[in-house]
Amino acid sequence: MAEIGHFALILALGVAIAQAVLPVIGYVRRDQRWLAIGVSGAQTQFALIVLAYGALSLAFVYNDFSLVYVASNSHSALPLIYRLSAVWGAHEGSLLLWVLMLTGWGFAVSLSSRRLPSDIAALVLATMGSISVGFLLFMLFTSNPFERQFPVPADGRDLNPLLQDPGLIIHPPMLYMGYVGFSVAFSFAIAALVTGKLDLAWARWTRPWTTTAWLFLTMGITLGSWWAYNELGWGGWWFWDPVENASFMPWLVGTALIHSLAVTEKRGVLKSWTVLLAILAFALSLLGTFLVRSGVLVSVHAFATDPARGVFILAFLTLVLGSALLLYAWRAPKLVSDGAVELMSREGLLLLNNVFLVAAAAAVLIGTLYPLVIDALGLGKISVGPPYFNAIFLPLMMPLAVLVGMSAKVGWKRARLRDALWSMRWVGLTSLICAVLLPFVLERSWAWLAMFGTLLAVWVMIGSLLDVIHRVRSKRDRWAALRSVPLGTWGMTMAHLGLGFWTLGVTYAGLFSVEKDVRLGPGQSAEIGAYTFTFQGTQHSEGANYRADLGTVIVERNGRPIATLHPEKRLYPSQGSVMTESAVDHNPRRDLYVALGEPIGESGEWALRLYYKPFMRMVWFGGLMMFLGGIAAASDRRYRLERRVPNPVAAAATQAAT
Amino acid sequence: MLRFAIPVVVLVGLLALLGYGLKLDPREVPSPLIGKMAPAFDLPDLAGTVRVTPLDLQGRPVLVNFFASWCAGCQVEHPVLMKLAREYGVEIVGMDYKDTPEAAQQWLARHGNPYRSLVADQQGQAGLDWGVYGVPETFVLSADGRVLYKQIGPMTEQAWREKIAPLMTPGGAS
Repeated sequence: MAEIGHFALILALGVAIAQAVLPVIGYVRRDQRWLAIGVSGAQTQFALIVLAYGALSLAFVYNDFSLVYVASNSHSALPLIYRLSAVWGAHEGSLLLWVLMLTGWGFAVSLSSRRLPSDIAALVLATMGSISVGFLLFMLFTSNPFERQFPVPADGRDLNPLLQDPGLIIHPPMLYMGYVGFSVAFSFAIAALVTGKLDLAWARWTRPWTTTAWLFLTMGITLGSWWAYNELGWGGWWFWDPVENASFMPWLVGTALIHSLAVTEKRGVLKSWTVLLAILAFALSLLGTFLVRSGVLVSVHAFATDPARGVFILAFLTLVLGSALLLYAWRAPKLVSDGAVELMSREGLLLLNNVFLVAAAAAVLIGTLYPLVIDALGLGKISVGPPYFNAIFLPLMMPLAVLVGMSAKVGWKRARLRDALWSMRWVGLTSLICAVLLPFVLERSWAWLAMFGTLLAVWVMIGSLLDVIHRVRSKRDRWAALRSVPLGTWGMTMAHLGLGFWTLGVTYAGLFSVEKDVRLGPGQSAEIGAYTFTFQGTQHSEGANYRADLGTVIVERNGRPIATLHPEKRLYPSQGSVMTESAVDHNPRRDLYVALGEPIGESGEWALRLYYKPFMRMVWFGGLMMFLGGIAAASDRRYRLERRVPNPVAAAATQAAT
Repeated sequence: MLRFAIPVVVLVGLLALLGYGLKLDPREVPSPLIGKMAPAFDLPDLAGTVRVTPLDLQGRPVLVNFFASWCAGCQVEHPVLMKLAREYGVEIVGMDYKDTPEAAQQWLARHGNPYRSLVADQQGQAGLDWGVYGVPETFVLSADGRVLYKQIGPMTEQAWREKIAPLMTPGGAS
């Protein structure tokens, strides 16, 4: 079975090479038949990778420990669901998942290729094919998941227990969908540079793909943060770890890209900037892969590293990004925009938003690579921690929030700052009142930072609703007006609302979290504010592949019981590792979080960690809103409408081909 | 126009850096300190009452572990250190790197304390002299105060079994 998978990978490599080369020849020779190879190549390649992926999954299902990869990452006692997710639990398999998604995106592009001019479709698919060649070579030469070993071990070494969590089942696939999805925008950018056709239609084709990639990345990052919060057991949700940064940088640039694509489509300006962002978003995704898998930086996420892999990815990075950016340097000067940009206009402010987002991405990049730079220059060894990132990132986000709030009131082309601000006066006043009152009402605090955070959050939330309100208010039939609001507008509204919720969550969870480290025996209790946590002791419990101490903590508020929490300390004997499973009682207003520390002495006493975290859910709820907003925006009717309108170029192409 | 070439120039710089970074691979390159005497330091302990120098670490093999309360990798290796200290009776000296004593005390209270002595390296000066790339890192010191081995990144049971334990037995530390 495994050999079938291996063979499918080799075949896929051949197909990918054909898909990368032949359509380009077709483009040069203006030959429709050669151009069409892009579509069939992408579809064949996807089928082959699905076969390979299925083969590896079956090997996990049937515990085929003769495969090195299965033996290293599975165990006969591992539950089936985790055996399936273990396919992407380590380097080789996650690479296969990566390629599966890359070819999946290629497949999706090939299905919608009839809406595109045949040369654009062919060049996009050729670019995706060449990316795929690189990854398949990488997999076959340095990281083959189908490698056999003899003698066959009696049992596997088990999946890293950190990864045995529902959050981890979907976090990596979401993240990879996002990373890899930016390859579509990248390929569109390359096709535009090659053909020199960068028009409004180009921006319209690229937008839904970019938004789709972005929404997956958003969800992936959100899930990762949620997972870290539940699984690492110390109440944090973002650590500025190099690998988190690696996923966050493409997100920031991708967000900038979505906004600049909107400008390019609506106003035909910022073309070369948009193309550059499309290249950069994917460049940062590839850089992330390099950082995670080469071992140049130390991180909790790092895969087992091998110098040969680092050299290979670096060479690949050089080839892909070097040729893309050289092409950009050569062709971009010819992409003339049709107009100037006024700063005080919607496109001007969107450009400003781009500047802040890209600056934030650059700041994160610098912080992530700084230890490496200092080391390379021989200036000593340093490490960069959260203080740097918080100090530099948050100030960059504040003007962004201000801009998001007023976006609806600033028109395209030219607007007057005074008019825009005047029309926002009630929003500003409401935000100000909320800012002064909310921190006091909720947390009995008059802290400046809390007021400032609330001000921004409320400003963003109300501001993001203005567009919809505006569309509805002037109409007589409000219900019909509400239904006629395009999905794209709903998407933007939701994503911006999400940003508001996120800001609220970060402000309150950041400023008003209470943490208590206590030592409790059975029956003893500790208090945080109105909440009383009573420890009932621990029991021994047995899981499928672990043993656990299961604690029981009863939480009361003003003497009334509100929750029973069961934090766990698990021992996974196959790897000898100990995991903390924290227990959380949550509602939108606050999280109550309990984690078991260490047992102290023989009397049943434990070190426990208790947290009160106000508005913690808002952080992830914000991410979820952005995700849903992305779905709404990507499924806007006007992207699908075109299917019914025959595309003259494509129609001509089909005629020419038959 | 030249400004369109800026991205490619930045890329070249970045790639050069990353290529150099591969050579510097923090897990592969052995510390230049191996075989030499442990670099000097004179720092207070975590409670701020006693001063500690490398002389205090001589006379028996010890592990010197650079950690910090803000470090995620330290969280990962912590159970292994607990096991080494409790089950094998290994003496581990904790160097609290670029951290405040209060945060470190809290962290230790929360997770348990595997360290027999704790040194507060608040400014990271000792870390700099010891060539610490990022926490966690662990040095193996012989009884006569020489650096025998450096573990970069989280301590693992495998590293302990294969690399470190043989060095810590009196015979292996010559």
